[in-house]
Amino acid sequence: MPIRAASVLSLLAAWWLGAWLAASPQMLPGPYRVVAFAWRELSDGALPLNIAITLARVIAAFAAAMLAGSVAGYLAGRSRRLDAVIDPWAVIALNLPVLVVVVLTYIWVGLNDVAAVLAVTIAKAPTVFVTIREGARALAPQLEELARVYRLPLARRLRRIEAPQLLPYLAAAARSGLSITWKIVLIVELLGRPNGVGFALNLYFQSFNVTGVLAYGGAFAAIMLVAETVLLQPWERRANAWRRHA
Amino acid sequence: MPGDGTLDVRIDAKAFAVPGSAPQTVLRDVGFAAFPGEILALLGHSGSGKSTVLRIALGLDRDFAGRVRMPRGRIGVVFQEPRLLAWLTLAENIRLVLTDGVPVPDVADLLDMVGLPGVADRLPSELSLGMARRVALARALAVDPDTLVLDEPFASLDRRLAAALAVLVAERARRRHAIVLLATHELEHALAIADRILVLAGHPATLAADVTVPDRADPRALDALRDALLERFAFLGTDA
Repeated sequence: MPIRAASVLSLLAAWWLGAWLAASPQMLPGPYRVVAFAWRELSDGALPLNIAITLARVIAAFAAAMLAGSVAGYLAGRSRRLDAVIDPWAVIALNLPVLVVVVLTYIWVGLNDVAAVLAVTIAKAPTVFVTIREGARALAPQLEELARVYRLPLARRLRRIEAPQLLPYLAAAARSGLSITWKIVLIVELLGRPNGVGFALNLYFQSFNVTGVLAYGGAFAAIMLVAETVLLQPWERRANAWRRHA
Repeated sequence: MPGDGTLDVRIDAKAFAVPGSAPQTVLRDVGFAAFPGEILALLGHSGSGKSTVLRIALGLDRDFAGRVRMPRGRIGVVFQEPRLLAWLTLAENIRLVLTDGVPVPDVADLLDMVGLPGVADRLPSELSLGMARRVALARALAVDPDTLVLDEPFASLDRRLAAALAVLVAERARRRHAIVLLATHELEHALAIADRILVLAGHPATLAADVTVPDRADPRALDALRDALLERFAFLGTDA
């Protein structure tokens, strides 16, 4: 923990030093300027509003991508035939540039929130699919036989036998998923939404306001970092606990 | 013609695929029926196909020539590996297999019965292999089975405990009028509890013997059967 704190402090120090050497607040403002700007935006309500809007899109897209990717991944992992159907789609989606997905979704669906969330879901779901498919393939066949012999109801099989085995894969997909999802959401907002952190970043980019870009980008990154540290990392540790003892 | 409550196994042939060569037949003409209340011991040396016969009987291996009919009712199984769920406590592992219509047993009592008092809240990772096997046996008994299929359930247990558990299984099965199919390489376990002894031998393995165990009140008859089996199947005298 002290090493981690020292690392963050050294980053701040490097930033401050860089700003001092650059001697141009327009090019690289120091931490104090950025924090002061963020405080002003926070006081007048613009920053919380944009963050809330982006957060809502991140949550919606993250949930949709996790759900779609998990269901498809589970089915493909359990059935070779379904895998043969879904895999080519996933490979194409994985290799499609995010920008192409976003632009096409906006053209086909329209410049609205449904398109924004859909674009992020399409961009993210394939990576969830691949992770969960691996998990489904790794399900212990011995335990499946046990469930068959004892004629366990489907719901119990899924909840007590399969879900605990898939949980570490779900946690890994969620953790990597969240960090990618929010970055894609910013691109989606930057390209076609009239609000949100991505929109604000675009606004400050147009006016060459580096302080604004750093304030909004930094604030949202900090929130995502907290979400990952407080929610996802402990969940991942819990999901993997039985593996450490097994 | 065996009735609904009968276990009927007819394996004409069972082969395993061998990469780069012809399939290898491991079982040929293995057929037997077991009736309610009957305990069958399936003997054979290591690798003779005992587990394969059990898997076929359980419907877990359908890639064979022949037919199998399992009796109606609940099945309890002990596989060679304990197959406990690492993320559940021992009590939860046992309760997992209880389905509707099964009287809920006292898990602590069951564990006590297999010689594991006070461990219900432990995780499988805290147990030795022998202890885990006993939990698997408790789990199989928990469903109050009509058919009990046991694959080397007493392996890695000391002789006294193994003998006690064999008697426990026999008592529970007889009380319930259940069929027991016990695969073992220990002739003594078979002689202690079985009504019939089946011996797998040869390559591919066939049913080389299907003998009825005499009344245990007559030790001389039991000794004669032991001697006859050991004379005919020398591998039964080893721990193979």
